[in-house]
Amino acid sequence: MKERLAYARTAVAPHRAAELRAEIDAFHAEYCAALDANDVERWPDFFSKEATYRITSRQNALLDMPVGLVYCEGLDMITDRALAVAHSQMFAPRHMLHVLGITRVLQETDRTISAQTPFILMQTLVEGPTTVHLAGIYHDHFVREGERLLIASREVVHDTEILDTALAYPV
Amino acid sequence: MYQSQAVIGITNARKNPPLAQCVWPADALNNIPDWVYTSQAIYDQEIERIFRGETWNFVALEAEIPNPGDYKRGYVGATAVVIVRAEDHTISVFENRCAHRGAEFCRASHGNTKEFVCPYHQWSYDLKGNLQGVPFKRGINKVGGMPPDFRNAEHGTRQLRVATRNGVVFATYSDKTPPLEAYMTKEIVEEFDVPFSGKKLKILGYCRNELPCNWKMYHENLKDPYHATLLHSFLVVFGLLVPGIKSIVFADKEHGRHGYMASAKPDEIYATVAADDKAEMRSFSDSLRLRDERFLDYVREFDSPWSANMMTMWPNLIVQRQMNTMGVRQIIPNGPNSMVMQWTMFGYEDDTPEMTRHRLRQGNLMGPSGFLGLEDNEALKFVQEGIRNSSTDNNVVKLDAGHQGTARNLISESCIRSLYQYYREVMDIRVAEKAA
Repeated sequence: MKERLAYARTAVAPHRAAELRAEIDAFHAEYCAALDANDVERWPDFFSKEATYRITSRQNALLDMPVGLVYCEGLDMITDRALAVAHSQMFAPRHMLHVLGITRVLQETDRTISAQTPFILMQTLVEGPTTVHLAGIYHDHFVREGERLLIASREVVHDTEILDTALAYPV
Repeated sequence: MYQSQAVIGITNARKNPPLAQCVWPADALNNIPDWVYTSQAIYDQEIERIFRGETWNFVALEAEIPNPGDYKRGYVGATAVVIVRAEDHTISVFENRCAHRGAEFCRASHGNTKEFVCPYHQWSYDLKGNLQGVPFKRGINKVGGMPPDFRNAEHGTRQLRVATRNGVVFATYSDKTPPLEAYMTKEIVEEFDVPFSGKKLKILGYCRNELPCNWKMYHENLKDPYHATLLHSFLVVFGLLVPGIKSIVFADKEHGRHGYMASAKPDEIYATVAADDKAEMRSFSDSLRLRDERFLDYVREFDSPWSANMMTMWPNLIVQRQMNTMGVRQIIPNGPNSMVMQWTMFGYEDDTPEMTRHRLRQGNLMGPSGFLGLEDNEALKFVQEGIRNSSTDNNVVKLDAGHQGTARNLISESCIRSLYQYYREVMDIRVAEKAA
């Protein structure tokens, strides 16, 4: 992970990277639109069967610590998380807004694409201001299923050191 | 420390009274006045009498600083300290403040060093916090510099007393704090030794969040079994805690300040709840089921009747054991209306990789996104928001009225009562006289 957080040059040629970036942008647009509509039950649709998903701090990533604020192994755990958030968790109503930066395509193999995308997650509480809830980078591996990209693994590494109260929805 | 939630930073003046006006209601056991959570003067007194008083404050796990020169930044109360292992393997805790002009000389959250050097004027300190070097101490060409009677030994950092038990490090400001085990009391030591048996710990990671609530609310939350089955539908639906299962809410017999809330999960995964109890719990859902039930596997790893035990050790430590996810949480007070929670999750050095993954999966219960942790955070925020500007100013703790200390069942506030009885003594708070 230490190596992963360090700058590594892309191994993909610029033209090909631009093609893949457009494809990943389209994926993110839908992923974020579903979450920003508070439609958390659609969130698992963006993952492959064996997908892993983890949200962790930069500090943990640098120390190679494995914990996650959210830690899911496999689509079933991802689905359980979505159902729990949608149906069993008590938290104040809020709107989330993902604002993404420019995706870097790092590698492409026959099966997978690896990429990094910076994000800012804004949170608006009822009667509250809009605040930066989390800032960080998605470290992604995508696989193809027919025409679609799916997440095979997503590590959400956030710079935010002290989280404001709680993180209710997935990122 | 920073505050991210200044938006609710305005407190009604009536909720921020000076000490002289802080008089507890006459029916002291069954009431808690709002100023306990909102008065700056009360908060200041807590820092002096509690966090800098005769208490042992959790500061670190030894596994975080295994080697000589290893250090981490930490807190005692709201005061920044450094926790360091010296060459002789002893652990020192001292204030993160240069004796010269007050700068926090240690800025990294952890690391390894031979000395600490203040970035401002480069005064240097050894690993025990003693002043080592002062640049230009004799001036330049014998002009300027420190006076001849300046002694390094008189200008070290403020150093605290340190005690450890089975890999857990505590510090105290007071010379009068009794030995750690006496301070903890017998039953608390016994429960503490379940996860901390002396077996080597393996740190799995950290998280931190700011809660816009008073720091004492977190103690109360863990002395309040009433909320557990009502707020946490996850606990209930998955049978981790339901009314009627074997459980205890314990308060130490000596002061009523430490405690634990423990329960023994039945063997079946999903709870059986009596129809009458179900009707009392709006959050209960019969239809909620998991797709991945590994999450609820329970590996019996301790000789303990409890599958879950949340322990509060006054004033700032929570030892968390919920099935196989374990951690310590440090409460860092941050003004009357804010606290920072620092979570350190751990397992053991001899865990198999599969056991580590199991702990990580179960870690989804805890932390600021945890199925349980999230809800406590949100609830406590609602409480602080509710009390800050309201015209009424009292909290009612009448469940199981008249009883103090260890609870007789889950629908009780007796441990909250014993905590505040103790608190009033330490804080020297007057109780109003009963009307004739």
